[in-house]
Amino acid sequence: MATMTFSEATLAAMREEMRRDPTVFLMGEDIAKQGGIFGQFKGLPQEFGFDRVRDTPISEAALVGAGVGAALTGCRPVVDMHFADFITCAMDEVVNQAAKLRYMFGEQCRVPMTLRAPDGITKSAGSQHSQALEGWFVHTPGLEVVIPADAEDAKGLLKAAIRSDNPTLYFEHKALFPVKGAVPDDDFVIPLGKAKTMRDGRDVAIVTYGITVGRALEAATMLEADGIDATVINLRTVWPLDYDAIADAAARTHRVVVAHEAVKIGGVGAEIASFIGEACFDDLDGPVVRLGAAHVPVPFAPVLQEAVYPKAPAIADAARRLVRREL
Amino acid sequence: MLSAPARTELGVALLRTMIRIRVLEEGIEKHFLAGDIPGFAHLSIGQEAVAAGVCANLRADDAIASTHRGHGHTLAKGTSMRAMVAELFARATGVCRGKGGSMHIADFSVGMLGANGVVAGGFGLVAGAALSAVQRKTDQVAVCFFGDGATNRGPFHENLNLCAIWNLPAIFVLENNRYASTTSTAETMKIADVSIRAAGYGIPATIVDGFDAFAVYDALAAATARARSGGGPTFVECKTFRARGHYIGDPERYRRKGEADDVMQSDDPIVRMQAGLGDALSPDAFERLWNDARDEFADAVAFARNSPAPERDEAFFGVFSGDRDPADPVHRIEARERDALVPFAPQVGSGSQGSGH
Ligand SMILES: Cc1ncc(C[n+]2csc(CCOP(=O)(O)OP(=O)(O)O)c2C)c(N)n1
Repeated sequence: MATMTFSEATLAAMREEMRRDPTVFLMGEDIAKQGGIFGQFKGLPQEFGFDRVRDTPISEAALVGAGVGAALTGCRPVVDMHFADFITCAMDEVVNQAAKLRYMFGEQCRVPMTLRAPDGITKSAGSQHSQALEGWFVHTPGLEVVIPADAEDAKGLLKAAIRSDNPTLYFEHKALFPVKGAVPDDDFVIPLGKAKTMRDGRDVAIVTYGITVGRALEAATMLEADGIDATVINLRTVWPLDYDAIADAAARTHRVVVAHEAVKIGGVGAEIASFIGEACFDDLDGPVVRLGAAHVPVPFAPVLQEAVYPKAPAIADAARRLVRREL
Repeated sequence: MLSAPARTELGVALLRTMIRIRVLEEGIEKHFLAGDIPGFAHLSIGQEAVAAGVCANLRADDAIASTHRGHGHTLAKGTSMRAMVAELFARATGVCRGKGGSMHIADFSVGMLGANGVVAGGFGLVAGAALSAVQRKTDQVAVCFFGDGATNRGPFHENLNLCAIWNLPAIFVLENNRYASTTSTAETMKIADVSIRAAGYGIPATIVDGFDAFAVYDALAAATARARSGGGPTFVECKTFRARGHYIGDPERYRRKGEADDVMQSDDPIVRMQAGLGDALSPDAFERLWNDARDEFADAVAFARNSPAPERDEAFFGVFSGDRDPADPVHRIEARERDALVPFAPQVGSGSQGSGH
């Protein structure tokens, strides 16, 4: 175990995978000479050369398209999207090409491509640099979507994404890059599709992922003061989704709060809540409560930005009202 | 330069490929209209010299990416007629197990990375295949087929630039057939030679008579040699013509009646090649090429007809690598969800006629 930042954990993952597999290469805007806008690529070109860590023009459609082509023909490309928001410039390449080729070509091919997409709300980045878009991609058959919550996840999930034979979106929250955590130093790979129980309590389960895991853990501490014992489930992968872990948490606590930073309407939380409603109805002592961002673009002014997405007090409040049947 | 006999041999090979494509596509047209082929089908009759001339330069481990009009490219790259026809007939024995159809046919065993239902979808795949060849240090090349219409989309510009700055072994083969769907090229761009766009990216371009399979072959021979030796991308504009509607059933209101007949009268690439070979190809030998192709197609249709439709459950697998294994976390199609869907009988032979794009 070593303590390192989330950013350093992704670097360790990249370094280990590039050493292990010569077909892994990286491309993106400002990643090589600059080292990435969050320092997440620092030192890689010095070790692996500028052919394996490629600075590219501002051509998102070409990067993702070429990522797919390279993945089809024997490489494991990792494509950096700079900001997750810019995936929209390559939507065809993600949704019509990467996601579908294996299926519609009758399993003749694989698309082992990883898209790294820094996402989320931080530092007044504003409407076009703050989005959490995982819902779109969970809705598209053929894509894996992984979202690390801490430095440990950052390393283990990135290694798993690179090794996966499927196109995988790796959403890394911009505000998490400098956050430190303990990270196993050996070849540490987290299986995709498996959730992690961060905290085991009997009164209520908070099912969440990504940066909201930290907020849920804070909320659990607040709830403790009220005598409420909360489970916190870190999904780690939002597709494939660990339905078993969700059903298990519902069965053990009978009350579930689902929380994420992405917009609540049409979000991943809606899928989870409806799954619990369909599959775990008899286990429930109350409705599944969903928390997500308001259905507005993320605003610029700090006071406005802070108003639109769920943080620890909101999560604690929702859980408290659910347990006390004050809904 | 090839010797005269070798040139003749090449000409016959190109002619054979063009005739096979013609027979295949005329057969597709017939069977589509008879309702044997579902979906949409876009024919490339008139453009056969491009597919033949390009692919004759390629190895099985070179990649091509095709368009929605890809039967000719697929056949020329080496896919078996049986596997193609079975795919179009939506059979389990099709090259894509009946999951692709005309617009999404691929054959990775011969480096055919897919027809593409999205105009300009192939540029990225070719840039990536060319990049992959560089990363893996092979001498493979990748060829992108595309229409004039595709050059008005962003991916064309982004990928040409990418291939140029990285000197990738990519070859861009434009089939300028004068139309994009129902719109003539003259209405959508101010330039007569689309290939001048390549200059903006520092990519050398040549213009060839796209009805002349030899001319296409020669241009590709140069482009392929350049790409294999690290010289970077080349752009080849083939001036050609689409003799049929945009799709089977297209009423072709956007062009003069008789236009296609006129062009084919003077420029049918098969007739032109036969004439070019002159006495080197006897009338009997020419007839044999047609008969062989017809036999091959009849055999392919019989194979398709005798092939089963895909099993219903096949619809639920193949999305992810590993999804046939119930123990794998990507196995996500729960049996109860499958069974909850209304049972359906596979609709073999219910071709939608003459509709859509
Ligand atoms: C992105 C996209 N836009 C529109 C279409 C509908 N469409 C299919 S083929 C076609 C025309 C393409 O013209 P061109 O690239 O010149 O190829 P050609 O049909 O002449 O072979 C259009 C508009 C599509 N499939 N994809």
